[in-house]
Amino acid sequence: MSKTSRSATKSLVRKLLFTVVGMFAFGFAMVPLYDVICDITGLNGKTGDQIVAVQEPTSVGERLITVQFLAQNSAGMDWGFGANDAQVKVHPGEVKVVSYYAKNSHNYVMTGQAIPSVAPNEAAQYLKKLECFCFQEQVLQPGEQVEMGIRFFIDESIPEHITKLTLSYSLFDITDYESSEAAVTLR
Amino acid sequence: MSAAHDDHHHGPAKGITRWLFTTNHKDIGSLYLWFSFAMFLLGGTFAMVIRAELFQPGLQLVEPNFFNQMTTMHGLIMVFGAVMPAFVGLANWMIPMMIGAPDMALPRMNNWSFWILPFAFAMLSSTLLMDGGAPNFGWTFYAPLSTTYAPASVTFFIFAVHIMGASSIMGSINIIATILNMRAPGMTLMKMPLFVWTWLITAYLLIAVMPVLAGVVTMMLFDIHFGTSFFNAAGGGDPVLFQHVFWFFGHPEVYIMILPAFGVVSAIIPTFARKRLFGYDSMVYATASIAFLSFIVWAHHMFTVGMPIAGELFFMYATMLIAVPTGVKVFNWVATMFRGSMTFETPMLFAIAFVVLFTMGGFTGLMLAITPADFQYHDTYFVVAHFHYVLVPGAVFSIMAATYYWLPKWTGYMYDERLGKLHFWLSFVGVNVLFFPQHFLGLAGMPRRIPDYALQFADFNWISSIGGFLFGASQLILLVVVIKCVKGGKKATAQVWEGAQGLEWTVESPAPYHTFTTPPDPKLIHAQ
Repeated sequence: MSKTSRSATKSLVRKLLFTVVGMFAFGFAMVPLYDVICDITGLNGKTGDQIVAVQEPTSVGERLITVQFLAQNSAGMDWGFGANDAQVKVHPGEVKVVSYYAKNSHNYVMTGQAIPSVAPNEAAQYLKKLECFCFQEQVLQPGEQVEMGIRFFIDESIPEHITKLTLSYSLFDITDYESSEAAVTLR
Repeated sequence: MSAAHDDHHHGPAKGITRWLFTTNHKDIGSLYLWFSFAMFLLGGTFAMVIRAELFQPGLQLVEPNFFNQMTTMHGLIMVFGAVMPAFVGLANWMIPMMIGAPDMALPRMNNWSFWILPFAFAMLSSTLLMDGGAPNFGWTFYAPLSTTYAPASVTFFIFAVHIMGASSIMGSINIIATILNMRAPGMTLMKMPLFVWTWLITAYLLIAVMPVLAGVVTMMLFDIHFGTSFFNAAGGGDPVLFQHVFWFFGHPEVYIMILPAFGVVSAIIPTFARKRLFGYDSMVYATASIAFLSFIVWAHHMFTVGMPIAGELFFMYATMLIAVPTGVKVFNWVATMFRGSMTFETPMLFAIAFVVLFTMGGFTGLMLAITPADFQYHDTYFVVAHFHYVLVPGAVFSIMAATYYWLPKWTGYMYDERLGKLHFWLSFVGVNVLFFPQHFLGLAGMPRRIPDYALQFADFNWISSIGGFLFGASQLILLVVVIKCVKGGKKATAQVWEGAQGLEWTVESPAPYHTFTTPPDPKLIHAQ
């Protein structure tokens, strides 16, 4: 190979390696990108981070919308976990309080975390939570049973064709995550 | 000194070190091809286990967990160990000779990119012997199956994928550098053979998506060992994210496995039709369009995860759009054959079978692209039939066609045409008996990746397994043909095939260890 083509090869290889590194970074950039897209579109039933900045509604609409409540333990979790009301009917803009119960029947302390999901997906962004037990981890003593509340309302801009929506919570056992994190902190 | 120096450069070194330390593109091409064939037999053995278990309903031969390990390892080894290295081997052998270059641009990296592969696959295969068994989560390794619920051997799988990725990336950088910088004077881009064109585009696809694959397995590694929650819902992650990142790699990956096949077929059909390739320019643009579209259709693999309707429509139409450039290619091949003086030697038989059967696989792909229909077909044997039709009589047939086509150039001898034709016909019948009934199984609702099934699926599974055994056994004929041809036979001429065009046919057969150390006469370079 001549000198010129050798240096041309070098600069080409440098560009290609740069592309490789860039695409590796892009793979990781898809994580926050995906979260942003989910938040904007309600894709995947994500209700987004609404712990802050949700205003109490000012007016109440005419329509009646059915909101159903589901609860499920994810694999490896076996708390008694369920909704106290299977469903409620609400007007858009009306603040409603419902509750779930959870019971730890083990003889040791456990930590649970509930992850919400809304179906249909496009309804997710109209379900606004003012308070929710899913905002915190739930630490339950052996045998302890708790009632956990949700204060929510349906945004008035919800499209006409949505008459029923389902809010589902999956409960995860994060006891080990806690202890492993604590172990890391101790070190 | 100078005489010894010359000796050293005119022939290969002797013994095992020739293969260990070689930087010669032809040696490395042969290594890749032999390695790929070994992996083809290993992955094929796993497929035989799968078909033997599915021969009749009930659990006869293997445990369900071992069955899952077989489907996973079969997929991984065939995709990353058989099809991809075979095309890289063909690229190594043929691209420098096709563009009139003395060797690849980065010969030492070339050696390295091959020699890390056996380690990757030794590591991956060794998981079969480990406690808890090999990966059992399917070749698509969806989280959380591959993270929370994975066997302990998943870490070996992750590092094996890292090494395979590094090998592919190095191979692609080498191919791009060779094609862009090493072409002989007069070999302009639009005079390059289509095999070179399709590989140039494939190499760019590899560079774009293999790092994403490396990224996704790295995230898995972090989730498994370092307590992160990329894909763990309990920690705020999302398993569906895995599918998006995986298929962002995975869809271009399927074109990585088929674009070089298009190049091979575009070389073979004109030779045996004794006509120029019809629509060369449109072939180049069609290849580039397919490559571009492959980046914006990934979510058609996951219509059922729950997507907004706008997303489903976008991915449905974008997917269907791929049929347009692919159709251009199929019509060009047919137009090349139209009124040509065709003869039907083994490479041509494989190439024609490719055109017909790949098109069928393309049509089932179109059926799967229809979102509402996909909800029915998703994760059934219909999907299995679809991707095996595009990969086996598609990619694999094209590799076999290429082997028969260039074998006389590699060995200097003609292969046994009678055995070659026998291999073709047994493979052709076998592959259709094997995969065609799987369409019916899928439409009737048989799910993929299960070791046992309901009784109504028994007959078609029985037929499919018989086809599988026939197809599997007939691949040994290929091994016999290649070994016979390496050992001797009728001497091949430089041009080998009457209608063959291109620089690789201007050097003698077998191709000397070093070719085009001085650039070829520009007059030899034909406009395609």
